[in-house]
Amino acid sequence: MEWPFFIIFGLGMLISSLLVITRRNVVHAALYLLLTLFCAAALYVMLEAEFLAAIQVLIYAGAIMMLYVFVIMLINVRESMAERQWQRQKVAAGVIGALLAAEFFVILIKGIWVPSAKTAEAAKAALNAYGGNTEAFGVTLYTEFLFPFEVVSLLLLAAMIGAIVIAKREI
Amino acid sequence: MVLEVLFALIKIVIVWGTVSLLVAYMTYFERKLIGHMQVRLGPMRVGPHGLLQPIADGLKLFLKEDIIPREADKAVFILAPLFALIPAFVVYSVIPISSGFVIANLNIGLLFVVGVSSLGIFGIVMAGWASGSKYSMLGGFRSAAQMISYEIFLGFALVGPLMLAGSLNMLDIVEAQKETWFIVYQPLAFVLFFIAGLAETNRIPFDLPEAETELVAGFHTEYSGMKFAFFFLAEYANMMVVCSIAAVVFFGGYLGPGAPGAHWFILKVFIGMFFMMWLRATLPRLRYDQLMGLGWKLMFPLALANIFLTGLLMYLV
Repeated sequence: MEWPFFIIFGLGMLISSLLVITRRNVVHAALYLLLTLFCAAALYVMLEAEFLAAIQVLIYAGAIMMLYVFVIMLINVRESMAERQWQRQKVAAGVIGALLAAEFFVILIKGIWVPSAKTAEAAKAALNAYGGNTEAFGVTLYTEFLFPFEVVSLLLLAAMIGAIVIAKREI
Repeated sequence: MVLEVLFALIKIVIVWGTVSLLVAYMTYFERKLIGHMQVRLGPMRVGPHGLLQPIADGLKLFLKEDIIPREADKAVFILAPLFALIPAFVVYSVIPISSGFVIANLNIGLLFVVGVSSLGIFGIVMAGWASGSKYSMLGGFRSAAQMISYEIFLGFALVGPLMLAGSLNMLDIVEAQKETWFIVYQPLAFVLFFIAGLAETNRIPFDLPEAETELVAGFHTEYSGMKFAFFFLAEYANMMVVCSIAAVVFFGGYLGPGAPGAHWFILKVFIGMFFMMWLRATLPRLRYDQLMGLGWKLMFPLALANIFLTGLLMYLV
């Protein structure tokens, strides 16, 4: 029953991510990235991680993409679109890209074929012990992963202060 | 299985049709209301007491010439009104109109609402940029910056009642208000939510981005015909969404003194809309820096304080 939706969203994600890197118009590329993130959120929903899907749409698609789009629209992209692209490293890029793809493939094969129905059910039982994806997130984030959470928030604060210091003219 | 899908489709058609009709008639309602508040009559000519005015407006906008400026980015220009209008309708799929009538009873209803509303901002930014004119772009960016900021306060204001209800599910939030409505426990959160909602939908006193005297018409300067109608309807649809969320989260949704039912919900939404239009008729607009200063310097600390106080009181009581 899930297969039609998986095919639609999976293919949609693949095609729109390919379109992101092949568009000449940067704003179009940003909008295709938005579509990619949507399809990712849909795949999260199909994996029963609905909180993650909502957060993906809210933060990644709603806030981060909004900032990307802002910046892209503020800089004058017409000049950069008319410039000639520097493509002298095509061969090296192709080789490294193929190596990376092979590495991904090996990792995926090692990862996917191992779990059986038993481990999937054990994972589901662990999730239901919390009472759902949102509750699981909340409980583990503030108990088991409290220290990394605080460290990440400090990191974000440092990034914000850095951006303000760089962009301000005088303090 | 097929029956469920069929029921869902029927519910979707009912909600979509009703909301479209209501949104069109909200424009009429507002013109009449503001007219009477300004001691004049409002639309009176088209039909008895101007009741057919929205239909006349709709026909006019439908038949108008659809101009696309030469400098405009065609695909994005055409897509932008859709991005502005569709999120407002999508949010209605999780709002419980009565205890049995909700199109999708999501576990993450409230988060879904905030997330999808954040997509409406894309329509504005795209419209401003794709019009190819400086006024539109400036208006679009101003509007988008305002909407992004106030969307944060909207979300923070909703965290207070969320803590009281203990669940993101919209039906659970309504059922948690069986004894007392959340407005009694969270008046500050309601005020913050309402102000943030006004700013989200670019309503007076926060409508400088579309101020006629400053930016021609802001981000929708270059739009004509049906695309302009979409932006126009998007504003009213977003207003209705804000009022519906306020009704569900703060005022008990479909619960009321007598039997719970859809009529209480509709009544509350209408009272909210009346209040929003009343504000439009009464208040002047805030200057842009006053607007952003009010948000970040006043509302954000208040929202955080509200969350802190709610948590403290929940822990002590």
